[in-house]
Amino acid sequence: MGLRDVLLGWPVYRQLTGADPLGRGAAAQSARSAALTPRTEAADRVARSVCPYCAVGCGQRVFVSGNQVTQIEGDPDSPISRGRLCPKGSASKSLVTSPLRQTTVRYRRPYGTEWEDLDLDTALDMIADRILAARAETWEDVDAEGRPLNRTLGISSLGGATLDNEENYLIKKLFTAMGALQIENQARI
Amino acid sequence: MVDAQGRPGGPATPAAPPPGDPAAGAGWVDAPPRMGFFTDTSVCIGCKACEVACKEWNGVPTSGLDLLGMSYDNTGALTANSWRHVAFVEQPRPAGHRGGSEPTEAPASGATEFLGMPAAGPPGRTGTAEGRSDFRWLMMSDVCKHCTQAGCLDVCPTGALFRTEFGTVVVQEDICNGCGYCVSACPYGVIDRRVDDGRVWKCTLCYDRIGAGLTPACAQACPTESIQYGPLDELRERAAARVATLHERGTPEARLYGHDPHDGVGGDGAFFLLLDEPEVYGLPPDPQVTTRDLPKMWQRAGVAALAMAAGAVVAFLGGRR
Amino acid sequence: MAEAHPVGFQWVMEARKRGAKVFHVDPRFTRTSASADVYLPIRAGTDIALLGGVINYILTNELDFREYVLAYTNAATIVSEDFVDAEDAEGLFSGFDPATGSYVQDSWQYAGHERDSGSGHTATARETAAGLRHESHGAPIAGQVERDETLQHPRCVYQILKRHFARYTPEMVQRVCGLPPEKFLELARAWTQNSGRERTGCLIYSVGWTQHSVGVQYIRTGAIIQLLLGNVGRPGGGVLALRGHASIQGSTDIPTLFNLLPGYLPMPHHAQHPTFDDWVNAIRHPGQKGFWGNARAYAASLLKAYWGEAATPDNDFCYGYLPRLTGDHGTYQQVLDMIDGKIRGYFLLGQNPAVGSAHGRAQRLGMANLEWLVVRDLFMIESATFWQRGPEVATGEIVPQECRTEVFFLPAASHVEKEGTFTQTQRLLQWREKAVDPPGDARSELWFFYHLGRRLREKLAGSPLPRDRALLDLAWDYPTHGPHDEPDAEAVLREINGYDIATGRPLAGFAEARDDGTTAVGCWIYAGVYADGVNQAARRRPGGEQDWVAAEWGWAWPANRRMLYNRASADPQGRPWSDRKRYVWWDESAGRWTGHDVPDFEVTKAPSYRPPPGASGPAALAGDDPFVMQADGKGWLYAPSGVLDGPLPTHYEPAESPVRNPLYGQQGNPTRKTYRHPVNSVNPSPPQEHSQVFPYVFTVSRLTEHHTAGGMSRTVAPLAELQPEMFVEVSPELATLAGLNHLGWAHLVSARAVIEAKVLVTDRLVPLRVDGRVIHQLWLPYHFGFEGLVTGDSANDLFGITLDPNVLIQESKIGTCDVRPGRRPTGAALGELVDDYRRRAGVTPGAVPPAVTPGVPIGPPGSGGDGEGNG
Repeated sequence: MGLRDVLLGWPVYRQLTGADPLGRGAAAQSARSAALTPRTEAADRVARSVCPYCAVGCGQRVFVSGNQVTQIEGDPDSPISRGRLCPKGSASKSLVTSPLRQTTVRYRRPYGTEWEDLDLDTALDMIADRILAARAETWEDVDAEGRPLNRTLGISSLGGATLDNEENYLIKKLFTAMGALQIENQARI
Repeated sequence: MVDAQGRPGGPATPAAPPPGDPAAGAGWVDAPPRMGFFTDTSVCIGCKACEVACKEWNGVPTSGLDLLGMSYDNTGALTANSWRHVAFVEQPRPAGHRGGSEPTEAPASGATEFLGMPAAGPPGRTGTAEGRSDFRWLMMSDVCKHCTQAGCLDVCPTGALFRTEFGTVVVQEDICNGCGYCVSACPYGVIDRRVDDGRVWKCTLCYDRIGAGLTPACAQACPTESIQYGPLDELRERAAARVATLHERGTPEARLYGHDPHDGVGGDGAFFLLLDEPEVYGLPPDPQVTTRDLPKMWQRAGVAALAMAAGAVVAFLGGRR
Repeated sequence: MAEAHPVGFQWVMEARKRGAKVFHVDPRFTRTSASADVYLPIRAGTDIALLGGVINYILTNELDFREYVLAYTNAATIVSEDFVDAEDAEGLFSGFDPATGSYVQDSWQYAGHERDSGSGHTATARETAAGLRHESHGAPIAGQVERDETLQHPRCVYQILKRHFARYTPEMVQRVCGLPPEKFLELARAWTQNSGRERTGCLIYSVGWTQHSVGVQYIRTGAIIQLLLGNVGRPGGGVLALRGHASIQGSTDIPTLFNLLPGYLPMPHHAQHPTFDDWVNAIRHPGQKGFWGNARAYAASLLKAYWGEAATPDNDFCYGYLPRLTGDHGTYQQVLDMIDGKIRGYFLLGQNPAVGSAHGRAQRLGMANLEWLVVRDLFMIESATFWQRGPEVATGEIVPQECRTEVFFLPAASHVEKEGTFTQTQRLLQWREKAVDPPGDARSELWFFYHLGRRLREKLAGSPLPRDRALLDLAWDYPTHGPHDEPDAEAVLREINGYDIATGRPLAGFAEARDDGTTAVGCWIYAGVYADGVNQAARRRPGGEQDWVAAEWGWAWPANRRMLYNRASADPQGRPWSDRKRYVWWDESAGRWTGHDVPDFEVTKAPSYRPPPGASGPAALAGDDPFVMQADGKGWLYAPSGVLDGPLPTHYEPAESPVRNPLYGQQGNPTRKTYRHPVNSVNPSPPQEHSQVFPYVFTVSRLTEHHTAGGMSRTVAPLAELQPEMFVEVSPELATLAGLNHLGWAHLVSARAVIEAKVLVTDRLVPLRVDGRVIHQLWLPYHFGFEGLVTGDSANDLFGITLDPNVLIQESKIGTCDVRPGRRPTGAALGELVDDYRRRAGVTPGAVPPAVTPGVPIGPPGSGGDGEGNG
C-alpha cells in the first residue's frame, strides 16, 4: 500500500474531503468492514443435505472450506422447508463441529473404572470375535418340535432413527444372516 | 438535518438527506435502499431459530446456562452474546383490547403485565382455571433497532460505530476500544459490552451477508416469516397492510412499533408488529434518542466552562493583586 | 407441531393466512396452542373419548359425507351376528380370551366370513407386534361381502358405529376429558363444516399418540372421523403423522425391527411359517383382493437380494436361513432379559435408551449385566457411561468394579460426513451429499456393518456348520471407495430398488418384481427409487419451478406417489369432487387416470370396471375401490381384523390413572402388554385401592430447543443454553396445593423412581374438573440426562413398562405420580423413599393389575382358538 493509499484510507482524510464530514458513515468504514464478504462465498463446495433432527426433512446447504464445515443453512430450493430451519436445524454446524464429539474409539474393560484407548481395527476384530462367541453359545437350531429356529437370542441391537436407509438395510441384512433377530430401533419407542 | 425532532444536525451537514435515509446523511453516495427488519410477532412461534441462526453465522458465544424462569425465555435480554432475543409473555387475558388509537394507559404493575420475572409471581391469578380461557402466550423476537437517529453512533468517539450504506448501524470490531459510551446511549438497552474482551457487540443486520445480496441469518431461518428482511419502505407498506388485515380479522390490538419516522429516534430500521403495549414485551413505550439534548447540553456546558474560565481569570487577576 | 416441528408448521400458518381455523388439543398450552384459533386442554389419555364424541356428533346429526362414505368405506358392510359390542359388555368385545389377554376375532368378521383366514386367535399376533405390518396395507379379509346400501341394517357397520359411540355425548366428553361442552361443540362444528365436495379438513397428530396402551386405537379413531367426513385421499385432508426423527419412517420401511423384514414383510414365525409357501401365503392370502396378491414376488426377490446366487427356486430362495420368531422379542422384553442375564451383547446405534426409553433404571441395570456393549454415537451419551456416572452408581446399585459389561465406544459419522437417504415423515426419500470426511475414528454405520460382515465372513471361511451358511452365502459384495474403503451407498440403494439379475437393469417399479428368481429387490416398496439407473431421491428441482405437489423433489414410496389412496380425490365416476379440490381424476377421452400426482390406482382401470366373479389380487378391485391395499378396497370404519384390541376404538383409561373409567366397567385396555418382572411395577388405578398415593397425572414431551434423549442437543452449546435445566411445569393451583415455588425444586415419585426438577409455575397448565373431581396434571420434558453441557434427571425414569398390544410401543405419555417440594434424597435414602411409596400404595414389584377389571363379565372366547391362529 503506497503512501497515497494510506492517506486516502485514513478516516480523517476521508471525513474532511468526502460527503461524510461528521465521520459517521462512509468515512468511518474500516478497511475490514469494506472488505467483508460472507464466508459462504469463499466455500470450496456446497453439499446439498437434509436436516438430521426431526422428520420434516428440511433441506440444508452445507458450506465447506478445505475439510471444514463453515456454515449450514436452509436450502431455499426445498419445497418442504423453503430455506427455513428451526433452532435445532440452525445449530447443525455446531452439532457436527462440536468440541464434545468423540473422535477416537474408547474402551472400558470388564470391571474397569476408567476408559482406555483402543485401535479401531482392533475394536472391530474384538467385536467380531464376541459376536461369534455369543452366537456359538446361544445358538438355537430347532424348537422342541424340531421346527427350524436358526437364531441366537444372545445378541440385541437398538438403533436410532437418524440412520440412513442404506445403513438400515445392511444392518438388517447382516444381523438376519447371523441369526440375530432381537434387532430394534426407535420406531418401537 | 432533522432538527424537528431535536436531533443535532448541525450546519456542517453538506446536504439534507430525505428523512429516513440515514445512509445518504452519512456520506454514502448512491446508497442502496435502506434495509431493515419487520418482525411480525403475530406469527412468531417462539422457536428461537433466529437466536441460533444468528449465533451460528456470527460466531456469537454462549450467553449462559441459567434457567431464568421467565416463561421459556432463558436468554433474558439482548446482550453482547445474544443479538436476537425471543421474549415470552404469559398473559391471563389480552391486555391490548384497548385498541391502537386509544390513549395509552400507564403500564400496570403486577400480575396483569406479567413479564415472567420471578418476582412478579405467576401470571393470571384469576382464582379459577375457567378464568384462564382467554390466556395468551405472546412471543417476540427482539433485535437492535438500527435507529434513524442512533445515540450509540452519536457518542462513539472512535468511529467504531458507523452507519452503513444500507442505513444500518454496525459496530466495527477492529475499531472498538471498549470505552462503553454507547452502552448508556442506547434508548433500548441493546448495545452491550462482552465481559471477556471488553468490546461492544450487537446485531449487524448481517452486514457481510446483505452486502452480497443474502438475507440476514435470522430472517432466512425464521420458519413462519415472523422476521422479514427487505427495503424498509417496502416493509413499512407490508406492515401497514398486515395490521389492517389483523384488524379486519378481529385482532384490534395489533399495532406497529418503531415504524414511525417521527418518533423519538426518527423511526427504527428494525420495527415490530405487536399485539399489546410495548412495555408488555419489555420495550420502552416512547424511546428518545439519548443525544437529543446534546447541543443544548454542549451550549450549557460551554457557558459553564466560559463562566468557570472567567472566574479563574478573575481569581488569577485577583490573586495577582 | 410448532413445538416439535416448527418448519413444518409454516404450512399451518399459511393455511391460517388463507382462512383455515386451527384447533389444538393438548394437556398443556404449548407454542402450538399459542398460534391456534382454539386451544382445548384435555386430560391426558382421553383422546378416544374426545374423538369418539366427534364421531357421535357426526352420526347423530347425519353430517357424514354420505356419497363418499357409501362408495369408499365399509359403512354398508354387514357384520357377523356373533359380534357383541363393548357397549353391551362393560367394555369387552366378544371373543376375549383371559388366558392369553387377547381376542379371538371370529365374531368380529363380516357376516358369512366368520372362519376366514385372518380371523381366529390373536395371541401370537400380539406377541409379535403384528399390527406394524399394516403400515403399508390392511389386514386380510375375503373378497365378497354382504352390503346394505341404505345403511339401515342393524348389523351394518354404520349402525354398529352409531350405537358404539352413542354414549360419547358432549356431556360424556366433559366427564371424561374435562372439556367444556361449548369448546367441544366448537371443534365438532368446525370439523364437520369442512367436509363434502368443496371442503376438507386435516388431522395432524404427533407420535406421542402411539405412546399409549391404546395408541393404535387413538389413530384409528381419527381415521374414522376422516373417513366419515371424506377427508382421506383428498387434498387438504388426511391423517398426518408428525414423526420425530430424520428417518424414522425409513427405519420402519427398511426395518431394524424384530418382527419385520424390508417392505413390511413379516419375520417368519417358527410355528406359523415353517415353509416358504406358508410364509408367502400368510402374506398374500390367496384369493384376496388388492396388491398384496403379488407378495410371492416381493418375498422371493428380497431373498435373492440377501443370498444372491445361493438363493434358487429349488431351495425356496434360502428361506430356511431366516431366523424364526417364537414370541415377543421386542426391546422391552430384551431389557428384562438382560437384567436376567440372558443376553450377551448389545449394539446401540445412535440410540440412548438410558434416557430415551421408558423405565430408565431398568435400561441401565440391563446394560450393566451384559458381557459386552457396543455404542456407536457422535457423543459420549448416558448409555455409554451408565457404569461410571449413572444414577445407580450414586445409589450403589451399580458398582463399577463389580460391573462386568465390556463397553466399546465407537465414534460415528455425522449426517454431513456420509451420503445416503433419509425417509421423512411423508414417505419422501431425500439423498444427502457428503460434505466432509468424518473426523478421526468416526465412521458411518454403512462402513461399520459392511466391514464387520466382511470380517465375520473371513473368520468363518470354511466353516462346516450349517448355522454359518447364511453368513457365508450372503450377497455381501459392495464397491468401496476412499482411504477408509467406505461402501458405496448408491450401490446399496440400487439393491434396495431392485434389479433384473440377468441384465443388472434397475427395476422401474415393484410391478417388475418376479417370483422366479430373476429379480433381486431389497425393499419392494422402494422399487423405483433407482429407476432408469438414476438416483431419484437426489432430484432437487427447485420448489419454485414446480407445481405445489413438487413431484421432482426427492422420491416418495410407493411409485413417487405423494398422496396415498388419491383415487378417492375423485368421485365414484372418476370426476373431481369439485374444481377446488381436484387432484387425480379419470380422463375419459384418454382412457386413463391423470392429475397432479401419480394416481394410486391402476392407471387404465375405468371407474366403471367391475371384477369378474372369482377374481383375486388387483384384478378383483373395482373401478371405484380406492383403498387398493385394503383387502376389500374400502376404507375401514370398522376393522374386522388386524387391530388386536377391538374392531372399534373404545375409551379405556391409561394403565395408570387416578380416574375410574366413566364409560365402562373395564378400566384399562384388556389386551395391553404387561411384564411380570421384579424391576417393573404399576401404580394402582381405580378400582384398585391406594391410587391416591400417586394422585397426579404427569405427561412428557419435547421442547423446540431439544431433541429426544438430548444426545444431539444437550451437547450443542447454542441449543443447550436455550433450555439449560430440567424442569416441571405445574399450575398455580397445584403449586399452592403441593407447596411448590416458582424456580424452586420439586421431586416426583412413582413406583419406579424419584426424580427432581426445577419448578415452573404457569397458567399454561390448568386443573381439570373430571367427573366431579379436580385432576392436576404436570408436564416434563424428557430430554435430560446426566451427560452433556446441561444435565438433569430423566423424566422417562418415572415410567413403568406397559405396551400397546398392536405394536408393542410403551405407554410413556402418561403416568401417575406424587410431587413434593425440595430436592430428592440421594444415596440409599432414594431407594427407601420409593420403597415407602410402594408400601403405602400396596405395590408388589413384579405384580401387575388384572387385565380384566374385576366384576366385568367375560363371554366365551368363541371358536377357532388354537392359540396359533393367523394374526
